[in-house]
Amino acid sequence: MEPYETFEYDVLVVGAGGAGLRAVIAAREAGASVGVVCKSLLGKAHTVMAEGGVAAALNNMTTPTGEKEGDSWQVHFVDTLKGGAFLNNWRTAEIFTKEAPERVLELEQYGAVFDRTPLGEIAQRPFGGHKYRRLNHVGDRTGLELIRTLQDKAVGVGMHVHMEVTLTRLLKDGNRVTGAFGYCRETGRFVVFRAKAVILATGGWGRMYKFTSNSWEGTGDGLQMAYEAGADLLDMEMVQFHPTGMAWPPSMRGILVTEGVRGEGGVLRNTKGDRFMFNPEYTPALYKGQFAETEEEGARWLDDKKNNRRPPELLPRDVVSRAIYREVEAGRGTEHKAVYLDVSHRGADYIKRKLPSMYEQFHALGDIDITVQPMEIYPTIHYTMGGVWSDPETCASTVPGLYTAGEVAAGLHGANRLGGNSLSDIIVFGKRAGEAAAAYAKTVQLSAIDESQLTAEVETLLGPLTAKGGENPYKIHQELQEIMQTNAMIARTEKGLLECLEKIVELQQRAQNLTVAGDRRYNPGWHAARDLRFMLRTSEIIVRCALERKESRGAQWRLDYPERDDAGWGKKNLIASMGPSGVKITTRPLPEMPAELKALFEEGK
Amino acid sequence: MSKVKLSVFRGDSDSGEMVPYEVETFPGMVVLDAIHVIQAEQDATLACRWNCKAAKCGSCSAEINGRPKLMCKTPVAEFAGEEIAVGPMRAFPLIKDLVTDVSWNYRVSSKIPPLQPKPESAGKPFNLQQMDVDRIQEFRKCIECFLCQNVCHILRDHERFDGFYGPRQMVKIASLEMHPMDNLNRREQLKGDAGVGFCNITKCCTEVCPEHIHITDNAIIPLKERVVDDYFDPVAGLLRGIGIIRRPKKQPMSSVPNEQTTLHVAEDRIRK
Repeated sequence: MEPYETFEYDVLVVGAGGAGLRAVIAAREAGASVGVVCKSLLGKAHTVMAEGGVAAALNNMTTPTGEKEGDSWQVHFVDTLKGGAFLNNWRTAEIFTKEAPERVLELEQYGAVFDRTPLGEIAQRPFGGHKYRRLNHVGDRTGLELIRTLQDKAVGVGMHVHMEVTLTRLLKDGNRVTGAFGYCRETGRFVVFRAKAVILATGGWGRMYKFTSNSWEGTGDGLQMAYEAGADLLDMEMVQFHPTGMAWPPSMRGILVTEGVRGEGGVLRNTKGDRFMFNPEYTPALYKGQFAETEEEGARWLDDKKNNRRPPELLPRDVVSRAIYREVEAGRGTEHKAVYLDVSHRGADYIKRKLPSMYEQFHALGDIDITVQPMEIYPTIHYTMGGVWSDPETCASTVPGLYTAGEVAAGLHGANRLGGNSLSDIIVFGKRAGEAAAAYAKTVQLSAIDESQLTAEVETLLGPLTAKGGENPYKIHQELQEIMQTNAMIARTEKGLLECLEKIVELQQRAQNLTVAGDRRYNPGWHAARDLRFMLRTSEIIVRCALERKESRGAQWRLDYPERDDAGWGKKNLIASMGPSGVKITTRPLPEMPAELKALFEEGK
Repeated sequence: MSKVKLSVFRGDSDSGEMVPYEVETFPGMVVLDAIHVIQAEQDATLACRWNCKAAKCGSCSAEINGRPKLMCKTPVAEFAGEEIAVGPMRAFPLIKDLVTDVSWNYRVSSKIPPLQPKPESAGKPFNLQQMDVDRIQEFRKCIECFLCQNVCHILRDHERFDGFYGPRQMVKIASLEMHPMDNLNRREQLKGDAGVGFCNITKCCTEVCPEHIHITDNAIIPLKERVVDDYFDPVAGLLRGIGIIRRPKKQPMSSVPNEQTTLHVAEDRIRK
């Protein structure tokens, strides 16, 4: 084994997006020494791309007559479970909706500068699936505000930052996670972290799809490290397709158009000019009667939210995505297999003020002026509701010493996440994970490094640099993206999923033999080789779970099982874990919701 | 399909050269797309940074035909068939190809303490009007691409990394100094360690900012004025002395605990 550098911390945080940084702050405030590892530079994580806002029931907004709208954690709770098609862990959602307001106000103390209401409070905007205006925002760059605020605060409380380091394996002592192993991207040299507790805040995995809003980082390494360490994964079939990804020009394919565009009055039209979301077939029974039924009412809602219902463009993301898919399949899409999203009727001044970065993005990157012309959009992979099973109170995984926070963790969002809930997710559970990990770290000692765990990983990592005649990882990645896009996207069937699985198995075999050129210094080809194996295994788990769940619920839409099976599948979570001969999939009953929370759903009716 | 010719810097701090490539274009292609095509099809060892590909993260800064730009925001069509030269930012030490060591920026940034709320506002929701925050929201648009640092001649040409924090950090300090709730006296740092006096207002930083922040006019000049007010204006000093000008007293920087944040870099090439 070649020499490697070793670092020791009470708590090691993997990932420096919002969840990781909030965990750093909490663990530091609890007195732990903290190291944080990020694959990119500090402050570049996916959080930066979140646009619309951070959902928390602050109840700041007023009706035209001056009273508060009446938002509360209870209403937020009901919305979150309805949006998640009731697959959510009720306790996770309860903690989340109760603590989100406090976490948002805390950001302000850290230095975040939110947009204001006329009364001087934090301004909130409407969003899909949220009954009241609930998204605390900064124009359309809320994610940037969040990550920069948390970054500056975390730097202020003192941490050890390891930028551009990729971790590929968790180290264990018996059953317990005791550290992690990986390499510095710059030098290719190996590095070992010994830690009393490890927090995974590694985000999601969207890079296995062709239309994706994810950066190169979204390869699911955190998820796979947890899986290999023996952690249970939850509801992995639940992958969110954001309805409005850019479809044209091709250079921008998959890049996100914030839901804020629809919240500010943007409308969806097919090529016949119809606002197809008004087609009653597209509104699920659960939401009947709650959305505007005429275009006139939808237009009035923009100025008077109390006395009008919101337009159906603001239905939850899974609903809108399916409608767009159907419109395009029915031949009412554009030549680029897309539909139109148009906000130009709101006027140039309004758009530039409320949606400045959208205006800029289309103008600079696509040469499209959204103040005068529509955008062409199609669903893009955006978020992963599934992930590592996480205890609602402590964010602990099923492996001692391993904690999770943010997108890599599962349970909060159920079968579909509401827009705005991810930014509050990361601050609520980032804090809880940081506190719990720091408390756990006080009860254990650092463990010695077991070198045998390192040597196997080193072999896997270095193989492609010396192998001759193997395949190009980029080529296999492209084939994976094609097959996942075709068969594991919005609309799924058993036939398509089986085909997809067969292809993934073939790609996994081919990926045993990769060859990359060059040396270990900042070599993207070499990095891609390890990422690819993580993506292949994650894809396999998604497809196996999607096959297993024989119903349509939230993001899982099975054309061969189009109904929601509330009596059967609606009461079960899917658990994936590492079995003796590969991925093992079992079901587990959903935790039973207490009566007082159940009653909230009756009150709302 | 038409093709575009690029020449891309390949090499490290010891040696390097511009290497020609040719890639097929597609509608809307930006320079970063072309780099990705080269990586996937021609040479996977070509190193560059990128994340969001939507001009929100500030990772893919480079010098394109000598102009500092984000690769994700520079359409290939802009060059009308001319060869496109892509090189790394030149003010920072080179790591490899298009990747430079920007860690100095993080080091100086960590010397700027975060917001220190006024005692009367600590722990309570702020009450602020939009007009109170408009000004600082402009500064908070910064995506830390460091293009402004790259073109600042105090840093790029005179290499005063020891004396001036650079335009990015001036914008950061401005966002705190002008925050209605901040209670730290930041002028001492501005005048001293941060070196606001070094800037001689050539506005090169403002020109290259992809977020169109008016760095010089809205951040640096007002900061210079505040420092002048406090330290060099005899009349203001006199009026303060006899109590005609009163300003609420802010805490000194030394009153906030200075927890050390350590940046571990693979190769130690910290600018002294």
